[in-house]
Formats: sequence, structure tokens, C-alpha cells
Amino acid sequence: MKRIRVIPALLIQKKGLVKSVRFKDHKYVGDPINAVKIFNEKEVDEIVVLDISATVEKRPPDIRQIREIASEAFMPLGYGGGITRLDEIRDLIAAGIEKVIINTAAFLNPDLIREASAYVGSQSVVVSIDAKKNLFGKYKVYVANGTKNTGLDPAEYAASMENAGAGELLVNSIDKDGTFEGYDTELITRISEAVRIPVVAIGGASSIDDFVLAVRHGASAVSAGSMFVFQRPHRAVLISYPSQAELKNKLFNQFS
Amino acid sequence: MITIVDYGVGNLGSIRNMLKKVNGDAEIASDESKIMDATKLILPGVGAFDTCARKLRESGLLPVLNKKALEEKIPLLGICVGCQLLMEKSEEGSEPGLGWVRGETVRFDPQRLNDKLKIPHMGWSEVEINQSSGLFADMFAEPRFYFVHSYYPQPADSSDVLVYANYGYRFAAGIARGNVMGVQFHPEKSHKFGMKLLNNFMENF
Repeated sequence: MKRIRVIPALLIQKKGLVKSVRFKDHKYVGDPINAVKIFNEKEVDEIVVLDISATVEKRPPDIRQIREIASEAFMPLGYGGGITRLDEIRDLIAAGIEKVIINTAAFLNPDLIREASAYVGSQSVVVSIDAKKNLFGKYKVYVANGTKNTGLDPAEYAASMENAGAGELLVNSIDKDGTFEGYDTELITRISEAVRIPVVAIGGASSIDDFVLAVRHGASAVSAGSMFVFQRPHRAVLISYPSQAELKNKLFNQFS
Repeated sequence: MITIVDYGVGNLGSIRNMLKKVNGDAEIASDESKIMDATKLILPGVGAFDTCARKLRESGLLPVLNKKALEEKIPLLGICVGCQLLMEKSEEGSEPGLGWVRGETVRFDPQRLNDKLKIPHMGWSEVEINQSSGLFADMFAEPRFYFVHSYYPQPADSSDVLVYANYGYRFAAGIARGNVMGVQFHPEKSHKFGMKLLNNFMENF
């Protein structure tokens, strides 16, 4: 049996909890602090909170809201959104965040990753990579919440981020986000073969079977948004998380 | 009252937060007089062993900590690198440890891990009891804790190991020598299991 981290990802937009489909059509799903409290009771492994409007609005992390969320999170907590400077990283760690998640700023200023990992240790520095396949079937890295194509190949970019000092990668497929179609396993394989650091798969999960597939394709941990906040088929808001027994039977016991 | 030693490393807020959650009275202290008055201490630590050991030495708190731990024998709990510091030394660096528990802090041996297991060990692991202790008394079934580490304490005397965890192979995840205790994992980030452990530290010692 091998324990795989299963991580709910919460998206924040204008202080509210939202969920997207392919990085668009954001639906309001509730209050983030309330969601963290519920996930707490469900004893989740870890939580990721992404403020998806911060970078787009050219705004730094909302430390006050993050501190409030962190005070209710009795499990490891990662935060991403709007981080551009080392002093923000220091403030986030002081606010109770274990891992800072950096996306756009990692592309614009890879030195930030270098400085951050020297400062807080690489285990606390996560680079988030949003990727999308173009018409020619080639993967490209996007930044600014999926609005800007960098033209870079995700596997090469991932390796350069590992070199810069990232301790973990959060790999999101824009095409799969919110679709319940399963992870982009090709993307996960390409990136995990290019690096030695843990790859966390996100985007598209609908079941524990999808987690198993992601791990078989090289992911060290799995994350999901819609799967944990919506009940299908009508995307009714219902926060859920698999039980330990279910995770053991269907996920952990598949690996040694 | 639990006094959390602030020597400039670690996320002390989340430890205090968790203690508050279990109705514990906690203060964060960096000055000698407060630590002198302490009745229970938590020694945190994250990052590199040498950085923590050096900062602890430079804080000037070593004499008072030695007095509290060795002469007054008040309950003391090291967390993560705070636990590694309890040992005599570490493979990670050249600074001496506190030496309150005999043995050293060692690195995961990659030869003994299968190639899918990465270093650092980051994630949840279950622990198994080696020596009964008030720290793990009445713990919930299948206790699991959150770990982030590349090194772990290896007491010279295996009876100083309270619990073992498994990552490729068995390693000491909780240790104790009398009043001096340490856990390699993060109880402050291990929801109900960590709450129970910190509650035990408050109630049982």
C-alpha cells in the first residue's frame, strides 16, 4: 500500500469560491472558509487555494483572507495567486501557508523561484503549470490564468523550473479543467518523465479511477476541484471527499 | 501553559493555532526570562539542520534550554527539525545537536528506497507504536501524520523510539528520552491525529 496525496483545489475569485470549466464559465459555489472547515472535518490530506483573479487584476495576495483561511486549515495548505515578490512569500508563510504556488511570476521571473527556494526551502515552493494542446497537437504553457500563451513546451519548462529550485509541480490541463473527462495523462507522462520532483496532476478528475490512472502515468499526488465541490449530473454544489476505506481499497492498494 | 520557542525559524503560528483549537494555552517566546518560567516547551524547526542549530545557538537560549530540559526536566516536544536537533548530530551538517537523545539524525538512504519514492518524503504516513507513551495514548485508530523531510532521528537506543513510520523502510518518527520528546512529523498539520497528540502533550505530562 502506498499513500497518495489527494488534494482538493479551491479557486477564489473576488473573495468567493468558484469553479471553472476549461478556465472559463466560473460558477460561484460558496464561501472559501466554510469550504475549508468542511474539508477539515473530512480529514483531507492537503488543500490548495488558488486566487485566480489576483494576477489578472495585477493584485498581490490578499493576506488577510489567507490568514483567515489558514487559521481554519489543520492540514497542509498551499496558496497561489498574484505572488510576485519574496516578501509576499515571507508573509504567506507567516500567515500559515506551507507551500507557495507560483505560476505567471515563475515564467516572467524564474529568479523568484531560485530566491524562494533558498529562503523557504524547495519543499515549500510549487510551480504551477497550465498547459493546453494547440491545433497541431503540441502542448504549450499558458500563464495569467490561461489567457497568455508563452509558446513554451511544458516538459522543457518543467525541467527549467526544477533547475530553478521548484520542489513540486502542479500540472493543470486547461482542456480538461472542470470537464470530468479524466486527467490529461499524456501531459502528466511528458512532464513527470522530464523531472525528478513530485508532479501533482490536476484538471478533469471525476473518480478515484482517474487518480489511479494519473499515478500510473507518473503523478506523485492528485488534485481536483469540481469532483470535490459538485455533485453530478447537474453540478449541484456538494462538498465531498472519499473515505479512507475507499481510498485504501481503490487507490493506495494499487501501488506499493 | 505551553511555551513555543521562537528562535527565528518555522511557522510558529500554525502550532499555536492548533493548540488553541484543543483549548491549549500557548505563548510564543524568544526571550530567556519567559523560557525560564516555562512549564512546558515546544521546540519547532524547519529547513536545514545547520541553519536551525546555528540560529538556536545564536539566540543565546541554549543555556536556559539545557537547564529546563536536563535539570528541571520539564516536558519538551521537538517538532520536525526541532526533533532532529534533540540528537547529538546530523548527517546534514556539521553543527552539533542538543545531544539530549543519544544517536544522530540521518538521511533517507536512496539505495533502500525504490526508485518511485522521492526524497523529501512528503505526505501522510501511518505510525506504529514501539514504546507506549502518554504522547500517543488513546490515539485514534490507524494514526497518520503529515511528513515533509529528508532526514530522520536515529536513536542509539531503540527503546528511545516511541513510534516508527514507513517510507521504503522503517524509520523513527517519534522519540523520547524521559521528559524530552520529539516527532519528525507535523502534528500541527495532521488534523485530528495531531490535535490528539498535542492534547496529550498538554494533558499527560
